[in-house]
Amino acid sequence: MPKTVIEKIIQSHTHDEVAPGKIVWMDLDIRSARDFGGPNVVKNYGREYGDEPVEDKTKTFFTFDLCVPACSLKYAENQQVCRDFSGKQGIKVFDVDQGIGSHVLIEEGLASAGTTVVGTDSHLNILGAVDCFGQGMGDVDITFAFKTGKTWFEVPETLRVDITGKSPPETTAKDLTLYILKQLGTKKAALKAVEFFGEGVRDLSLAGRITLCSMVTEMAGIIGFIPEAMPDSEYANSVSIDVSGLTPQIAAPSSPENVFAVSELKDTEIDSGFIGSCTNGRTEDFAAAARILKEHKVKEGVMLKVVPATRRVYRELLDQGILETLFSCGAIISNPGCGGCAEGHIGLTGEGEVQISTGNRNFAGKQGRGKTYLASPEVVAASCLAGRIIRPEDL
Amino acid sequence: MTETTISGRIWVLLDEKGHLIENIDTDQIFHNAHLHITDVNKMGEYTLGNLEGWKDFPQKSRPGDILVVGRNFGAGSSRQQAVDCFRSLQIGAILSPSFGAIYFRNAVNSGFPVLRGLQIPQLVDEGKLETGDEICLHFLSGEAQIINKNLSFPIIPMSDVQSEIYRAGGLYNYGKTWTQD
Repeated sequence: MPKTVIEKIIQSHTHDEVAPGKIVWMDLDIRSARDFGGPNVVKNYGREYGDEPVEDKTKTFFTFDLCVPACSLKYAENQQVCRDFSGKQGIKVFDVDQGIGSHVLIEEGLASAGTTVVGTDSHLNILGAVDCFGQGMGDVDITFAFKTGKTWFEVPETLRVDITGKSPPETTAKDLTLYILKQLGTKKAALKAVEFFGEGVRDLSLAGRITLCSMVTEMAGIIGFIPEAMPDSEYANSVSIDVSGLTPQIAAPSSPENVFAVSELKDTEIDSGFIGSCTNGRTEDFAAAARILKEHKVKEGVMLKVVPATRRVYRELLDQGILETLFSCGAIISNPGCGGCAEGHIGLTGEGEVQISTGNRNFAGKQGRGKTYLASPEVVAASCLAGRIIRPEDL
Repeated sequence: MTETTISGRIWVLLDEKGHLIENIDTDQIFHNAHLHITDVNKMGEYTLGNLEGWKDFPQKSRPGDILVVGRNFGAGSSRQQAVDCFRSLQIGAILSPSFGAIYFRNAVNSGFPVLRGLQIPQLVDEGKLETGDEICLHFLSGEAQIINKNLSFPIIPMSDVQSEIYRAGGLYNYGKTWTQD
């Protein structure tokens, strides 16, 4: 029986036997740390290994994306701690100008099909979108990976998800993702790798694949893949999800799996909107929003925040005139990074504030004391024009 | 530090309706507003600081106490602080039907005992596992005893890797012996 995608990748990085439930020691192609977690890695490293060199400096990186440029002294100092360590060790830093680390790793070709990448970002499994083994890990794991180039890993079972039917053209990768999340919840994919099959996912662009794979984290899964080949491996379970009747979807506070059709929550008043994040921060996400916002104005009193995923995306938005459209409609445009999700960049909410976001998490308190809804760039854009939750087609 | 049998008083993390709280994420355990803290000793006071009903946990808990929590505990981010804050308070172990994947390995790597018991929700619902009970956990044989009630239930024994890392006192010490092999 052929191995599943994750089993094949792990097997090519270990001499141990690979089977679900087995714990293997595997080689890592890339290990990275961010500006949160990174300072702890440096501190751990100094305590445990002193001045010893990292195992391979060409495979070791820092990616600053959370509080960029630093908005407080504490973060400024933490970033400088990482820069000093990198200078001594000869490690490359993708600094505060570069944007979301996982996206930078894809753009730079460092995360590619069949490779293994770990870092201090719980959405690093986004790299499943490019058939790469990506895993978020804590600072102890990453310190150990810096020094040894290895990690232990329990080979997960794999869940097969067949997407049947063709989703209507007015729906997006985010609608599909939220709908799948609604069906799988946090139990069916828990601690499993997921392989998505079917025309509806195979046709997704890279940006769409990133959207889907990023939210496998919210499904409590290990990682998601969209294989080209037909399923021929042994799967722990399989689930079939029909998307032929898909409509725009939205996750209500305070859990990403709390998903409704947008029509069920229509006319909920909003105070702010956010477009960006590792889930919906690609050029085509902003282009989709711009098509709706073009020649309109965000409703008075509504604050729309825009954060491109990376500097490269920012450049494309400039070149294609998309930033002009977003600016003219009243949006606040920030430099690239994790703003809108992590505290430290733009996008916190105050008590009583209602926000609609293209991000991936809306846990209570995560982005402030307000309430956060999760939806596609199109639904966020339309809702910011209307000042209330609305489907683009109902504007 | 590396006893494979421990005993302690338990705290069962219930919501206001008396149900075991599921899906407690790392922002509820250790909010991202405090991520700049890198000193373990300073993390304890923020433990469960964003979990409704449990914000006073750092004041209530005592060293050696054991937590009983709902499924998918530690969902969300990769922050080590969400484990280290419990080490800071000298919590003895956390017992759950399941953990977030990253959270589980962070705990294993820190040499902090996290153990899975599938019967926990049922025992809590039936009132057999309550805050204040004295519990004894056998990490390797997979037995849990509720001492004051003379009851026992199974937990999943630590895997070889988990118990080896735990007994070495964490991943770094384990790695140092392993690289010498």
